[in-house]
Amino acid sequence: MPATSTPSHSLTVATEAEALVLAGALTVWTIDKLPAVSDRQTRVELSGVDLLDTAGAWYLACQRQAGAELQGLAEAQARLVDVVAAALPVPEPAPLVAAGLRAFLDRTGRNVVDIFRNLAELAEYVGRFIASIVRALRHPSEFSLTSLVHHCEETGIKALPVVTLMAFLIGIVLAFQGAAQLRSFGAEIFVVDLISISILRELGILLTAIVVAGRTASALTASIGAMKMQEEIDAMRTLGLDPDMVLILPRVLALVLMLPVLGLIADVAGLVGGALMSWVELGISPAMFTTRLVAETSVDNVIVGLSKAPVFAVVIGIIGCRAGMQVQNDAESLGTMTSSSVVQAIFAVIVIDALFSIFFAEVGL
Amino acid sequence: MTGGTASGPADNVIEVRGLITRFGTHTVHDGLDLDVRRGEILGIVGGSGTGKSVLLRAIVGLLQPQGGTIRVFGKTVGDLSVDDRQMLERRWGVMFQDGALFSALTVCENVEVPLRVVPDLGDALRVALARLKISMAGLPWTANDKYPSDLSGGMRKRAGLARALALDPEIVFLDEPTAGLDPIGADAFDRLIVELRDSLELTVVLVTHDLDTLHACCDRIAVLAEKKVLTTGTMADMMQVDHPWVHEYFHGPRAHAAMQSGRRKE
Repeated sequence: MPATSTPSHSLTVATEAEALVLAGALTVWTIDKLPAVSDRQTRVELSGVDLLDTAGAWYLACQRQAGAELQGLAEAQARLVDVVAAALPVPEPAPLVAAGLRAFLDRTGRNVVDIFRNLAELAEYVGRFIASIVRALRHPSEFSLTSLVHHCEETGIKALPVVTLMAFLIGIVLAFQGAAQLRSFGAEIFVVDLISISILRELGILLTAIVVAGRTASALTASIGAMKMQEEIDAMRTLGLDPDMVLILPRVLALVLMLPVLGLIADVAGLVGGALMSWVELGISPAMFTTRLVAETSVDNVIVGLSKAPVFAVVIGIIGCRAGMQVQNDAESLGTMTSSSVVQAIFAVIVIDALFSIFFAEVGL
Repeated sequence: MTGGTASGPADNVIEVRGLITRFGTHTVHDGLDLDVRRGEILGIVGGSGTGKSVLLRAIVGLLQPQGGTIRVFGKTVGDLSVDDRQMLERRWGVMFQDGALFSALTVCENVEVPLRVVPDLGDALRVALARLKISMAGLPWTANDKYPSDLSGGMRKRAGLARALALDPEIVFLDEPTAGLDPIGADAFDRLIVELRDSLELTVVLVTHDLDTLHACCDRIAVLAEKKVLTTGTMADMMQVDHPWVHEYFHGPRAHAAMQSGRRKE
């Protein structure tokens, strides 16, 4: 803060025998010049004070509380001191806080319990999602097809450009890096197997899921969280609308429908990118690439890859919706929950992908 | 603030002349004039959409009017240097409708924010002064460390008032101070406003719909209608005005009830 914009209040402080003599402006701007309140002073002489605000009055009220006598105050100033003295806050004992090792143990314990509580709540939301599917099958009139189509567009069609471009570039990178390594063995043609297996089995769907997790989980949390803040969700409940049916079901279902489609398109884009780079870099013609692809790469890879998509979709959708439902009444929690839902969704996608890898290896696919 | 402070021309702390505000093609104020005198509590009333809050925002410079001049303490708001503007802002406090507290800070930290501009004010001193202001606004000690989201609407308003009063401003603007409060809370808030005005020698400008507040605390009332201040005066003056809207407002069934309760209090 520039010094020029502070008011020029001046205060003179003098101490005589057992008396404090103040003159000038006794305000918040000068209060730091005052001596600390102690019981040594028995008299405060104030006839020279021409400006007094609540900060100054607070100081005087504290002095009076400590036993000093205030002298020479104008009537209005004395009234202000009385008002402030009447409002002096009375401290209440602070609750006991643990410190050191105990605080550390306390925090760790709470965090561990929180993790389990979060997992339990996720399970609860998965259950609520399944229950709402069953309900929608039994009472199709309660299900809003318009909402589903809208969310398919939001999470699917609008994510198409970024997913396609990303997969195409990943294909190019794989072909380029693979070519550099395989050429030294004279095994250029195996670049086709490298690209097709890695993209179809893992990268296509995993990277798509990560992009969608970042894009959609945050959007779900923000939109549901904003509704929660405006009490829209409570309003729905009072109108007999089930938020699970109205909000969660169409959003998660849209993801379940769209993520495999996005994954398939990412697979194709990745292969096109890989084929293009193999042609440019290694001279493998598109025809040769196709022949090798069809002959050597089992369609099992595509099935393995895409079978993970619905699971990823449910996890991303549930994490996003649950975080939105947990938004509190302040803007800060909306921000916290949005970023934590993205982190959780991406982390969950990678963990589940690892579990799938182990599963497929054991099964022998 | 007690003691002599340089006063503007006459004893008007705020002078609005020929104010014009427009949103797109919608004109809110057209040649509005308003005076606020030192030490009074002025209530601004008007139907929904007559631009009461807009007027408040224009006076404190949150909104650039399309025409007219606004003078506060004799200085024209709008063409001030940055330093002068900061000086001026320190002489008024604004309480927004829902308190407008910073949600990431506790109540005490919220009230400390304006105090941070004071150089050389130690941490302990700043906290002590903030707690004093919170207590003066009628909040209990336990409210100090709570976050705005943990408070009720009435408590948020009180905390907003404590923040507006942190630097002992000379003018306080209150936007709907009692809206959304229960009658007991609203009553207490009315008394608080009068009490603070008397002890701190404040000038208070408040926008309200609450007839009880008008009866209980306002010295003068300004009625906004037809894009300007239709009339100003005391409650008794208002009863004489024969403009249809003003008549309806001050003679309706609610007005009668408020007036009777106002008389009983006296």
